[in-house]
Amino acid sequence: MMAETGFVALWMAASLSLLQLFLGASALRPGNEALLRPVRAVAVAQGALISLSFLLLIQLFLATDLSVKLVAANSHSAKPWLYKFAGTWGNHEGSMLLWVTILGLAGAAVARFERRLPERTLVATLAAQAMIGLGFYAFLLFASNPFERLDPAPLEGNGLNPLLQDPGLAFHPPTLYLGYVGISVAFSFAVGALVTRDVGPAFARAMRPWVLVAWIFLTLGITAGSYWAYYELGWGGWWFWDPVENASLMPWLAATALLHSVTVLATRDGLRAWTMMLAVVAFSMSMVGTFLVRSGILTSVHSFAVDPARGFFILVLLGLYIGGALTLFGLRVGTVREGTAFDPVSREGALVANNLLISAILGIVLVGTLYPLLVEALSGEKLSVGLPYFNKAAGPLALLLVAIMGAGPLLKWRRDRLRDLLRRVRVPAALTIAALVAILMLAPGIGVFPLLGLVLAIGAAAASVAPLWKRNLRRTPLFTWGMVIAHLGIAVSLAGMAAESFFTKETLVAAKVGETVAVGPYDVHLMGVEPVAGPNWTAIEARLSVRRGEGQSFILAPQARIFSSPPTETSEAAIATRLDGQLYTVLGREDSEGRWQLRLWWKPMVTLIWLGGALVALGGLFALIGRVRRERRAAREREA
Amino acid sequence: MRAAIVFLLMLAPPAFAQSALPPSEYANRQLADPRQEKNAKALMETLRCLVCQGQSIADSDADMAGDMRALVRQRIEAGEEPESIRKWLVARYGNWVSYDPPVEPVTWPLWAAPILLLGAGIYLARGRFKRRKSK
Repeated sequence: MMAETGFVALWMAASLSLLQLFLGASALRPGNEALLRPVRAVAVAQGALISLSFLLLIQLFLATDLSVKLVAANSHSAKPWLYKFAGTWGNHEGSMLLWVTILGLAGAAVARFERRLPERTLVATLAAQAMIGLGFYAFLLFASNPFERLDPAPLEGNGLNPLLQDPGLAFHPPTLYLGYVGISVAFSFAVGALVTRDVGPAFARAMRPWVLVAWIFLTLGITAGSYWAYYELGWGGWWFWDPVENASLMPWLAATALLHSVTVLATRDGLRAWTMMLAVVAFSMSMVGTFLVRSGILTSVHSFAVDPARGFFILVLLGLYIGGALTLFGLRVGTVREGTAFDPVSREGALVANNLLISAILGIVLVGTLYPLLVEALSGEKLSVGLPYFNKAAGPLALLLVAIMGAGPLLKWRRDRLRDLLRRVRVPAALTIAALVAILMLAPGIGVFPLLGLVLAIGAAAASVAPLWKRNLRRTPLFTWGMVIAHLGIAVSLAGMAAESFFTKETLVAAKVGETVAVGPYDVHLMGVEPVAGPNWTAIEARLSVRRGEGQSFILAPQARIFSSPPTETSEAAIATRLDGQLYTVLGREDSEGRWQLRLWWKPMVTLIWLGGALVALGGLFALIGRVRRERRAAREREA
Repeated sequence: MRAAIVFLLMLAPPAFAQSALPPSEYANRQLADPRQEKNAKALMETLRCLVCQGQSIADSDADMAGDMRALVRQRIEAGEEPESIRKWLVARYGNWVSYDPPVEPVTWPLWAAPILLLGAGIYLARGRFKRRKSK
């Protein structure tokens, strides 16, 4: 019964979505103002029904109801509780249902809480959201029904891909999806404003919290995903320029640009059309992030359970979404006046430079990801585009962007003088030069990119905190703190990347039991190799006694694991985290002479990469709270 | 495939003359000279493991990736330039093997993209600056 109830709830939510679209569209006609109010109620009901449907699917997974095809194909009664729960979205159908559930809940939240926008714009926004939702509902109901039964029910399920059996699964996909949905809500606002010709600061202030929420979750999703791949894949890499990674990076880049341009729109009523365009681009990228990964046309180390039969449906849906968004933008952008223009040397000028560079980087990542597919489709020639291309093409732009990030917040709105700016960046500039000299002396032979990365990171970190200089810190608004922390996070992350790429020490050896090898400042002693068993795997485990100089020794135990169902080998790295870096150890195979392959890395400051990411998200959270609070206070003052 | 690579390696006598170990040993062992190892590593990170799902030979457990690592290290040790090794591999496996696309007609759009994108962006942004003072 539970599966049938879930299926009915899904159908009803889909019908309400259709109703929301038509009711919303007709409410916008002159004379139909009476229809405006019910649209909100429909959106709330839709959110409730789709949540019910998703909760029922979770319950089916927790109970391991094997008469449901999806559960039988992706779960197993002996799996730990957490992976039964997270396994609900560790597959295609479940993850699509999660997506549309988050969308439904976001719609309900907009309908329930948004009071700043004119009613017509809000209803147009809800109608746009319903339209986005309908594509997902159609996809679920006609091509990926999660509640399909299996008769007769098998005695046991197939289990979950071992690479996914990790706590990372519990929150990585939901985090990214919250980000994508947040972007789609921001896009719906843009559609609403375009339809009712209401693009202005009030609209920008209503849209901004959603952009911020989306951006915070995308930042967390990418940061966590990068760390997950880093420790799970067992080669010490944290970013591979893999198509799936690019597909998650592109929405983040677009959201970052949008966040900065919406600030110009909210504060100075400038960049109207530009902001609309970025909203369209960000939405398109989040659709690419959601679907391209599942279409089966990408070759990726991170793609799981791809069903090429669904690829066509997905590509059509992708085409409709992006094509529709671009068409609406093309039709209506002519009616949007760009708004206030401004001096090149100004806060707005720096924000435009930011947008320009981020958009160019986004374009490079998009071209680099899709161009090989295009060439193969047209000429059959197979081309690979990876790290060297992205470093050469996007690297210089990214470094320039960091420099502008440091200077931008020190500029005044409207117009400023270059001389005044130079005076304000004196200290960061001096630090940058000192860092340059120091690094060249301490680490001769450092490459151009790591050198510039480190130097700029130090300069940008100093410039990031400069806006707090000589200010009363208690009275500094929370959103200013947010900006400072987020910019500092970027600098911290960049320092980690540069340090990791240049200072990493690698030792690859075939060691006999009892042998000691050195990596960086550590001595690693191979004490023994033993078999161990877990709930659904067996493994060979190395016991490494590790010591730094004359310090206390400790044990690391990397494993080579073998899962039985489905049969897979994975290597579980053992990582020791210290204040100044990480020691990363991996156990490989045994050779014919009884020596064990060990891969050891000492990665100084590598943790800064993800610490920086976390700081960026934290900064976003501060900005969000600060903005919402100020809006509330302004609303109260208006009422009083 | 392994046999083919081993055979090809035998055509490179200097590499063999200096190493008494079987060639696949270098799959998971570094070169003694840190400068050579650095060059080998940098090259390996830009070569695709042909049997994997989007991994470079520098971070794959596949046997073929190991064989290719051994080949790269042997040739670097023998004093060959990294770019000449890349050319040699591309001649055998096509552009698919190198993550660094060559500059040739089929990749012109790819390499022109950064400049075109930046140009288009600057053209679009130009209108935002002070044609009129604030209205």
